[in-house]
Amino acid sequence: MFDLAAAFSSAIALIAGLDAELFAIVRLSLGVSLAAVAIAAVIGLPLGAFLALARFPGREVVLVALNALMGLPPVVVGLAVYVLLSRAGPLGSFGLLFTPGAMVIAQAVLVTPIIAALGRQLVADLWEAYGEQLRSLGAPRLRVIGTLLWDGRHSLITVLLAGFGRAAAEVGAVMIVGGNIKGLTRTMTTAISLETSKGDLAMALGLGMILLAVVAAVNGAAFAAGAWARRVSG
Amino acid sequence: MTLRLISLLCALLASPAGAADRFVVLASTTSTEQSGLFGHILPMFELDTGIAVRVVAVGTGQALKIGMQGDADALLVHDRVGEDRFIADGHGADRRDVMYNDFVLIGPAADPAKVAGLTDAALALRRIADAKAPFASRGDDSGTHRSELRLWKAAGVDPKAAEGGWYRELGSGMGPTLNTAAGLGAYALADRATWASFRNRQSLALLVQGDKAMTNPYGGILVARARNPDDARLWHDWLTGPRGKAAIAGFRIDGEQVFFP
Repeated sequence: MFDLAAAFSSAIALIAGLDAELFAIVRLSLGVSLAAVAIAAVIGLPLGAFLALARFPGREVVLVALNALMGLPPVVVGLAVYVLLSRAGPLGSFGLLFTPGAMVIAQAVLVTPIIAALGRQLVADLWEAYGEQLRSLGAPRLRVIGTLLWDGRHSLITVLLAGFGRAAAEVGAVMIVGGNIKGLTRTMTTAISLETSKGDLAMALGLGMILLAVVAAVNGAAFAAGAWARRVSG
Repeated sequence: MTLRLISLLCALLASPAGAADRFVVLASTTSTEQSGLFGHILPMFELDTGIAVRVVAVGTGQALKIGMQGDADALLVHDRVGEDRFIADGHGADRRDVMYNDFVLIGPAADPAKVAGLTDAALALRRIADAKAPFASRGDDSGTHRSELRLWKAAGVDPKAAEGGWYRELGSGMGPTLNTAAGLGAYALADRATWASFRNRQSLALLVQGDKAMTNPYGGILVARARNPDDARLWHDWLTGPRGKAAIAGFRIDGEQVFFP
């Protein structure tokens, strides 16, 4: 228990000292993960809605594959993105490797299947509940998708938060494509990994507590926004 | 709303500290990063030249591969055999000696293999093998791992035969290996700098040092396909010049000099 107490005081000291480096690391972690979730939402939500409503041969195979991709190992995604972005790779000329941009790409790849698969389930359930009604109104398909996503917007927040949780917590992918460069690509998780390597377990645990607090704050903000929206829309 | 959110995120991403106009990507070893050496010398280089150095700390084997792919401009590594092959294969434009320190044999203070105080690494390793005392190996193709394998060879012991038994290949960096050794009460080979800055020692102690075979020289390599060749050359010259040498010699961990130019 000594370690936990030391970790707690490390966390307090870091926060109380308004440590500029810590602030930059938290900001980078938040920025990268939120950007990845935004990209994943733009791709994943329409894809999920399409898969919920469309009927085509081989659809079941696609659904199983999509669900399986939720379990993508971050290290594998990191390696694949690394190979693509390396100067010896096909996208090497963009010079993205070891930059925050590379980290956003890797996390977006990780999060898109989660948002698409959970979003598909959500839209499928809504379709079951309201589908007949919408169909009887003769609404065109695109409008239907839009209406269903809008109706399910409160549940969609939970879908996005699941994606954000995955992105903020992973270390394997950002370590490989970001390189854990101090002041440039060091995130909360890679910093925790580094402190563990140094054997400074109290500092590592302290950073872990701060990461948990940041993730909790994002979830709290989403919850408050949802409650507010519900109140406004009656 | 969505647009504003995205532009806000872009602003968040675009302005991290260290996003200087000129930079060099340096692939280096975990030992140099974790010891704090870069935190000491890089600000001096940036002050002298205005060039930021982005350090990617990995094992020497991986650092050499990153260099081969042209993803780093310069390397600071410690495996002379691998470095020479890197140059011979045309991946490096120049290689120079930068600094050295030494490897030390770490183990539980209880010392079941009775190696404390020895200055002969081969003898110490033979005793560990005879006692079948647990040994934690990096097992990650790093410079330290490659040196460890050479020391076993000199000791006439084939540790692979004891894999899964007393010889544990961990496949991780120096710090994690020491963390594991502390938990297992195992022996381990470490570079002096990482050991000096390591905080989670528990019952581990420095047992064997001073063998010439445990010298640990670091080489600086200018990558042939560097993306920023001019700035990389400035770094390479600075590190091996009088300013760099003085900066390295001035680095201390708890008052101890751990790198010698």
